[in-house]
Amino acid sequence: MSSGTLYDKVWNLHRLRELSSGSTHLFIGLHLIHEVTSPQAFAALKEKGLQVLFPDQTVATVDHIVPTTTHQRPLDDSLAEEMLSTLESNCSEYGITLHGLGSNMQGIVHVIAPELGLTQPGMTIACGDSHTSTHGAFGAIAFGIGTSQVRDVLASQSLTMSKLKVRRIWIEGQLNKGVHAKDLVLHLIKHLGVKGGVGYAYEFAGPCIQSLSMEERMTICNMAIEGGARCGYMNPDEITFKYLQGRPFSPSAKDWGKALKWWRSLVSDPTATYDDEVCFNADQISPTVTWGITPGQAIAIDEKVPTPEALDPNERSLAEEAYKYMDIVPGSTISGLKIDVCFIGSCTNGRLSDLQAAANVVRGNHVAPGVKAFVVPGSEQVAMAAQAQGLDKTFIAAGFEWRRPGCSMCLAMNPDRLEGRQISASSSNRNFKGRQGSANGRTLLMSPAMVAAAAINGKVTDVRTILTN
Amino acid sequence: MNKLPKGAITTIRGKAIAIKGNDIDTDRIIPARFLKCVSFDDLGGQVFADDRKEQNGSHPFDLKALQGASILIVNGNFGCGSSREHAPQALMRWGIRALIGESFAEIFYGNCLALGIPCAISTQKEIKELQDSVMQTPSLEWTLDIKKEQIISTCGTRNLRIDQGAQEMLIKGNWDATSELLDQKEDLNQARARLPYLNNFKAIES
Ligand code: SF4
Repeated sequence: MSSGTLYDKVWNLHRLRELSSGSTHLFIGLHLIHEVTSPQAFAALKEKGLQVLFPDQTVATVDHIVPTTTHQRPLDDSLAEEMLSTLESNCSEYGITLHGLGSNMQGIVHVIAPELGLTQPGMTIACGDSHTSTHGAFGAIAFGIGTSQVRDVLASQSLTMSKLKVRRIWIEGQLNKGVHAKDLVLHLIKHLGVKGGVGYAYEFAGPCIQSLSMEERMTICNMAIEGGARCGYMNPDEITFKYLQGRPFSPSAKDWGKALKWWRSLVSDPTATYDDEVCFNADQISPTVTWGITPGQAIAIDEKVPTPEALDPNERSLAEEAYKYMDIVPGSTISGLKIDVCFIGSCTNGRLSDLQAAANVVRGNHVAPGVKAFVVPGSEQVAMAAQAQGLDKTFIAAGFEWRRPGCSMCLAMNPDRLEGRQISASSSNRNFKGRQGSANGRTLLMSPAMVAAAAINGKVTDVRTILTN
Repeated sequence: MNKLPKGAITTIRGKAIAIKGNDIDTDRIIPARFLKCVSFDDLGGQVFADDRKEQNGSHPFDLKALQGASILIVNGNFGCGSSREHAPQALMRWGIRALIGESFAEIFYGNCLALGIPCAISTQKEIKELQDSVMQTPSLEWTLDIKKEQIISTCGTRNLRIDQGAQEMLIKGNWDATSELLDQKEDLNQARARLPYLNNFKAIES
């Protein structure tokens, strides 16, 4: 059993008691909600005649179903409009802060909470959304929950949970030029497997992680869930503290010194013990792309799609399914594969540095004929910061569309979707069958810079060849 | 319709209804297109929507004599497929308060219990006899006794199996996690008062 890790310390601080069922009653510091998984939870609350216990510890936004061409109300899709207005009335009825459409703080829930300073080290954070693991980048214990648990957190600011094991993933070295956090996390999932993290919290550590920006760290924790880990985290450090200082909901200047002292005390002890430890070297990682139907079916851009014989016997039937669905030949190269749609956005890679990296690739180039390419900033704050740097103009000049913030084609609950057999190069986190809105549409996951390179050439391209030109 | 499950559940009384067939999945119980909704309220009318459409009025859930039934009798591996809580919700909102079957899919079973709906087990032979008597005499009133693990009617008494943990939770009324979490309100208040980030870090010495 782990001891002395940040996970242990935060768990113990929030542990209330052991329950008769054998699990732990855990207090939740910050609860985030959005329009898709909250309506039934509020309805259940009403049915039981319960109140929201601590409304100031829940924060809401709208992201999944919002259109990205315009945020004009009422929305064209009446069901989407109903979901939004339901969230609005629930929030106003229970006194919950909503950063809704029209607010300059609206955006994807996992983008806005960190950028507003709501996400802080040492918190427990829950949200009815599996990518809540993102917030672990700050040294919080953050995880996704189901609709019944959303109801429970609203009613009691707590839930029942069993303690996870902790695996430390130590990353030596540094990422090479043209290689990003997305490539690193795809590389990790490829090696540890999509179920490898089941039952674990992932602690990402080591020289490479310490050198990453907060936005890069969020990309990695975001995808911990794709590796099967309910949560992933990093120990907070000077980079974390610098990021948080001065944000709207960060501790005030008056409390800053005390906050720092507390945050530093939470870091995993040098003598901490882990349930498991693995080590990787960042120097050896190339731009990485998925070729199949799970985030674990990934290869380096200069590798070939694995043949069934090269795979673990347990992975073969899934690989066969993937070859067929993706229409990809085992042993072929992924580089050069023709692309129809390029999507830059999502809670994995819809932040300012993601857009900057992509803009650096497209600047002075143009989207290939026949390719539809669009950029969806993760939040209003990201959109404004990008526009202040003229990134919107760079993208538009290169033939991209510049959209309003939302989840968009990450899961296609809004009008942005693939059609038929289209293939997308996407900076999002899931390449499941049908994920991007067409029952037989295909998704290749990659970094925003790689998506930009694919847009320019109309096919999967090693971004390093463009950057050096 | 009778009230939704609440508190301690010891007996369930009412008419019964039978759905025959193994491996009835949650997609059949509630088709995916009904998931884009803001509340579970309307799901009752949509339960088995596609099956009912296909059977054009002759599906058990459409038979006049079976309206108002509260005990559903099914066969093996009922509720397999996706984890959607919409499936037990739809059954519950139609009026179902208990299920008796040969076996249940694990997630479906857990979702039912979280709603206060017991899933009792019996043998293939007993289930068939139960299903037959329900369809022959729809007006029969049944009583499911959770503690005795029996289903009783004027036709006699049959023994069932109910998992012990579930049995205890239902009888004690703590199948509902929310009430257990709210049980110790003082703990919750203390946690809120203790956590540095909720209290301007006041307990931390600078
Ligand atoms: S961007 Fe995608 S993964 Fe992230 S919250 Fe939205 S739908 Fe979920």
